[in-house]
Amino acid sequence: MGLTKNSTGIKSVDTGFIVTKNNETDKIIALAGNPNVGKSTVFNSLTGLKQHTGNWPGKTVTNAFGTCKYNNTQYILVDIPGTYSLLAHSKEEEVARDFICFGNADKVIVVCDATCLERNLNLVLQTIEIKNNVIVCVNLMDEAKRKKIDVDLQKLQKLLGVPVVGTDASKGKGLKELLDLVEETSTNTVNIRYVKPIEDALVEITRLLESKIDSTDLNLRWIGLKLLDYNKELVSGISNYVGYDLDQDSDIKMVRESLASKGYCGEKLTDTIVSCIVLTAEDICNETVVFNNKKYTFKDRKIDRILTNRITGIPVMLLLLGIVLWITIVGANYISGYLFSVLFWFEDKLAEFFVCVNMPKTIYEILVYGVYRVLAWVVSVMLPPMAIFFPLFTLLEDLGYLPRIAFNLDKSFRKCNACGKQALTMSMGFGCNAAGVVGCRIIDSPRERLIAMITNSFVPCNGRFPTLISIVTMFFVFSVSGVKQTFIGTLLVTLFIVLGILMTFLSSYILSKTVLKGEVSAFTLELPPYRKPKIGRIIVTSIIDRTLFVLGRAIVVAAPAGLVIWILANVSVGEISLISYCSGFLDPFAKMLGLDGVILLAFILGLPANEIVIPIIIMAYMSNGSLINITDLSLLRDLLINNGWTWITAVSVILFSLMHWPCSTTLTTIKKETGSIKWTAVSALVPALCGIVVCFLFNLIALLLFA
Amino acid sequence: MHNLYTLNDLDINEEGYVSSLVSNEDIRRRLLDMGLVEGTRVKCVLKSPGGDPVAYNIRGAVVAIRNEDSKNIFIKTNQD
Repeated sequence: MGLTKNSTGIKSVDTGFIVTKNNETDKIIALAGNPNVGKSTVFNSLTGLKQHTGNWPGKTVTNAFGTCKYNNTQYILVDIPGTYSLLAHSKEEEVARDFICFGNADKVIVVCDATCLERNLNLVLQTIEIKNNVIVCVNLMDEAKRKKIDVDLQKLQKLLGVPVVGTDASKGKGLKELLDLVEETSTNTVNIRYVKPIEDALVEITRLLESKIDSTDLNLRWIGLKLLDYNKELVSGISNYVGYDLDQDSDIKMVRESLASKGYCGEKLTDTIVSCIVLTAEDICNETVVFNNKKYTFKDRKIDRILTNRITGIPVMLLLLGIVLWITIVGANYISGYLFSVLFWFEDKLAEFFVCVNMPKTIYEILVYGVYRVLAWVVSVMLPPMAIFFPLFTLLEDLGYLPRIAFNLDKSFRKCNACGKQALTMSMGFGCNAAGVVGCRIIDSPRERLIAMITNSFVPCNGRFPTLISIVTMFFVFSVSGVKQTFIGTLLVTLFIVLGILMTFLSSYILSKTVLKGEVSAFTLELPPYRKPKIGRIIVTSIIDRTLFVLGRAIVVAAPAGLVIWILANVSVGEISLISYCSGFLDPFAKMLGLDGVILLAFILGLPANEIVIPIIIMAYMSNGSLINITDLSLLRDLLINNGWTWITAVSVILFSLMHWPCSTTLTTIKKETGSIKWTAVSALVPALCGIVVCFLFNLIALLLFA
Repeated sequence: MHNLYTLNDLDINEEGYVSSLVSNEDIRRRLLDMGLVEGTRVKCVLKSPGGDPVAYNIRGAVVAIRNEDSKNIFIKTNQD
């Protein structure tokens, strides 16, 4: 679920196959592998980068780059999205295949899961078929050992004909050996034996290719296979790469037609080829892997029976969400209070300092009460919940719980004509909606992917649920104290999040019945084994990561927003300040939604980042009245109440925060992912309309019942 | 069709061997990639709260498949 600077920023590139080297001597290494085999961990251990890791398939969706230095050689590592196959049935597979095929990688490391080697060998064999620069890295050796699974690496190396090394990347074991292998040159490749008719055709076509193509680092046998199992796009890609138009060659066409006359064409041919690869993998596995404990999955299934049980599955899910939120609320309260006092003490000092150095009043007021103050608000109110929630959620993610959520919820998504994997992208949305939108690539069907993207912002992201938490704390649990207070707070926040999830279902359903009509596509979801999370590492890295990320964003977004707000509040046309003018204009409409002009204005100005919505509201209110210093949440509550807030306003703000336009980063990402202005607009309109309707109805009902 | 069932007939802990896949192109590709070729042993390991999807052990990996898809996978009770 993580949006880190590495997973979405400049360091992740997914277009183009050619990686630029800084030096001639630089070596490029591609990391391929099945989803969820610890590829990102290998990548991180080698590069020291913090590519977000988690225990679920499909976490890495873009090619990430990193570098490492070993024996005076600079290596550029490329983390390719995890795929089961290179036969290119999905977007990721295509990216992976094209990179291995046409990219300029000096070596391709295929990372395997030692506990599930047989299935992993499928991809290994397919990769070896393409090029002979492959190294096999059998990762998770320690986990295999615990499960009493023996992998004979030497025999595997002999059978595959490529270098093989065993690693346990999370502990850094075997990585040195892996890099040593990179420096060696490998030559041999294993040949998959196909059934006789295919094999005969392959021999003939390979002979033809030898005479027609000068030299290429692609395996001619593989090119032959792809010419038989014809795919227009790939063949034209290969033609470009080898500089010979294979598509027009009549000799090749003849071999293909002759094979087809024996019944091997289209589906049957592809199926037979896949079967041969799978059975070769099975043979190799039978010779190299010994399961000494046949019941090694026993414990996992026992846990699964509780977490996915008919009766306990859903309640446990809600309970876990509740526990995570409760810890967040309690912890954030303490840290917030502390940050408040420090940051606002510093504000006074800063102001005093500027007065001392005789800075003009206007300038220091802009700097202190505009820029600094919004920064301080963002840091003290918004940062603590994020910094606590994020590592906790990462913990669940590392355990392997998220795919179980998708498993539990798939039936409901199916009823909405959507994909169960949407639950995974929603979970990512908790971290950041932009990351959630990118994550939607794990959904193969374009229709279901669009639904997941459009509805992703119904999950309150890290920038929004601090809003939920602080408002709930101020307005609903203020009068009760102690454990009861935090308990009620947690319950309310959980309820609002569940409401967001229900809205996701509802809008997915409506979308799939209207603008995104279509058949439900196939669904397969791997449930990985549970893994012990590295608690210490998660907490440290995710807190630091989150903190730096939020601080970075605060400086980029909140500081300028503070400036704008201060100017709006202090520049007057006639007797009325600009901010009053704007909010006055929005007021009549906002009132219908249970908000007021200032709040709606804050949501509009908060487009670049939701973190700044509450700070803007506070700033605007403070500029209207006397400039008081707010030192804790209770004074903040008074400020809001003095500005006409009731519990109805509070609920309306929460509802609108849950359902309005996604932030500009998310919208930009949607535009990038869909390449369509239309779907970007739909993604903004759907949650906004839902929010307007829900707020309007809520307000109407509340006024009728309680007025 | 003696001894011939579909995958969704399996109860928890029951197993069978794939005899044929009559699924459409899209899903068949994916299942084949996961190693679900003819003759593969499949064991039913987990049912979700709503009874759909169901998770199967396929070549050492646990994979969830929806019933509407698994009813297109014919299995037999013994390997040959």
